[in-house]
Amino acid sequence: MDLVLLFFIFVLAAFLGLELISKVPSQLHTPLMSGSNAISGITVVGALLAIRAEEQGTIGMILGVAALVFATVNVVGGYVVTDRMLQMFKKKGK
Amino acid sequence: MEANDLINLAYVVAATLFVFGIKMLGSADTARRGNLVSGLGMLLAVVVTLLADGLDYTWIIGGLIVGSAIGLVAARMVKMTAMPELVALFNGFGGLASLLVAWAEFEKIRGMGWAVYEMEMQSNAKFSGFVIYAAMLIGGVTFTGSLFAYGKLSGKLSGSAIVFGGQKALNILLLIAILAVGVVFTWSSDLELTYKLFLSGVGLALLFGIMGVMPIGGGDMPVVISLLNSLSGVAASAAGFVIYNNVLIVAGCLVGASGLILTVIMCKAMNRSLGNVLFSGFGAASGGGGDDDDREPKALSVEDAFYVLEAASSVVFIPGYGMAVAQAQHVVKELAELLEENGCEANFAIHPVAGRMPGHMNVLLAEADVEYEKLLEMDTVNPMMPTVDVAIVIGANDVVNPAAADDPQSPIYGMPIIEAHKAKTVFVLKRGQGKGFSGLVNKLFVMENTCMIYGDAKATISSLVNELKGS
Repeated sequence: MDLVLLFFIFVLAAFLGLELISKVPSQLHTPLMSGSNAISGITVVGALLAIRAEEQGTIGMILGVAALVFATVNVVGGYVVTDRMLQMFKKKGK
Repeated sequence: MEANDLINLAYVVAATLFVFGIKMLGSADTARRGNLVSGLGMLLAVVVTLLADGLDYTWIIGGLIVGSAIGLVAARMVKMTAMPELVALFNGFGGLASLLVAWAEFEKIRGMGWAVYEMEMQSNAKFSGFVIYAAMLIGGVTFTGSLFAYGKLSGKLSGSAIVFGGQKALNILLLIAILAVGVVFTWSSDLELTYKLFLSGVGLALLFGIMGVMPIGGGDMPVVISLLNSLSGVAASAAGFVIYNNVLIVAGCLVGASGLILTVIMCKAMNRSLGNVLFSGFGAASGGGGDDDDREPKALSVEDAFYVLEAASSVVFIPGYGMAVAQAQHVVKELAELLEENGCEANFAIHPVAGRMPGHMNVLLAEADVEYEKLLEMDTVNPMMPTVDVAIVIGANDVVNPAAADDPQSPIYGMPIIEAHKAKTVFVLKRGQGKGFSGLVNKLFVMENTCMIYGDAKATISSLVNELKGS
């Protein structure tokens, strides 16, 4: 894929991210943090693509599988814990 | 349409879901759905990735199961009070995963040589070297930085800033070494040499994460946690450049940016710059200012406090990290309920940096079933303060120090505070006569309308609850 194009995507995403949230009520600071933290576990995709026996060699495979485990903990744990927190807030709202 | 196009299209959809997810997380009504929307995006990204050619499914399924099980158990079992350290830990894992992905890609290059790799990936060796190093570096710093923050937050390590002579010089040297190794790594195409350089780079990055968080004290943790959160996103984005994957780049970058916004919010709430938080070793040295005041704080017994509370018609609780330490949120809620039954209006005033992570007090009080309409933000509560009969400060210190508003000599001058001192009476629940995180004398404690109630906050409030129940 074209490098410049990737960089273009990166810059646009950065500005989009900065514009996306402006004033966040303090009540949502923790969920926002842990929810976005779960998104940063997107590295899981990179880990999946690294698990290719014939290309990677033994060390590469071990690294890939380790990356997959850690990223999955990040993703699954992050979403579940965020949901738990938000559920707790929601209940009180009614 | 080829499988690759399909995968890339699905990535675009996933990225869009992330955008909406983050947007919705920013407001109370939509937050929970937002989290689900972004989770759906993640699921989509993972599922379509499995369509790629040549994957080794045995290992993948094993890894997914192990990772999901650990994540699920940790997320379900954790107590709400342990939330800050769990978030830090997950964050560190994300960083580590980015480091490992970059490393795995480098192993691939070692296996096939740069020339073949450049052909196959249609990439530029210099660029690939640079982004591999960057993803490794940012991921590694995020990993050990988060682990160290985890240690501080969970009390396994001392929460105070650790400062020693030559620390800054050492950190600067470390940074120079990291950059130097990175430059040679990027320019050299000698695989043996670059391998050694890469391994040294990993060591340096891991060390730098620890050294960077070390001089930052507990009260500044909200800033550090948000910054590390942002970095884990940047690391994922860098890993995206390593493997030429657009969904990693976009999602990582979104997290990087939103984490940065949270970091800025936290810094503003302390009226300090990010540089000052990261490098000043704030809170380690005891600050000056306010020492010319020789008035002694007045102590008050629980019984007397009870008589005042019984007559009060409006009470505001101002919680801080001390409430988290004493695990007093449940008794505080009970006290608030009893006061309301007594015809008194009871609210909570939440300072943005109270506690050890952004939103820490909100999580604790929500766990104790306090309705969130009662959790008031600083801007809402300050104008009400003069009409409040009793402000009860529970384990908070710097966020209610009036010196921040009226003493230009004070190191925390200019920091927005909750104006507890404007209430008719102020109760300060405090373990002893020690100073707060900043090491400053708190002028609030010696003011005319302030009474100190010494002792464990949980025990004190429990006795108040008992007195009220008995009346």
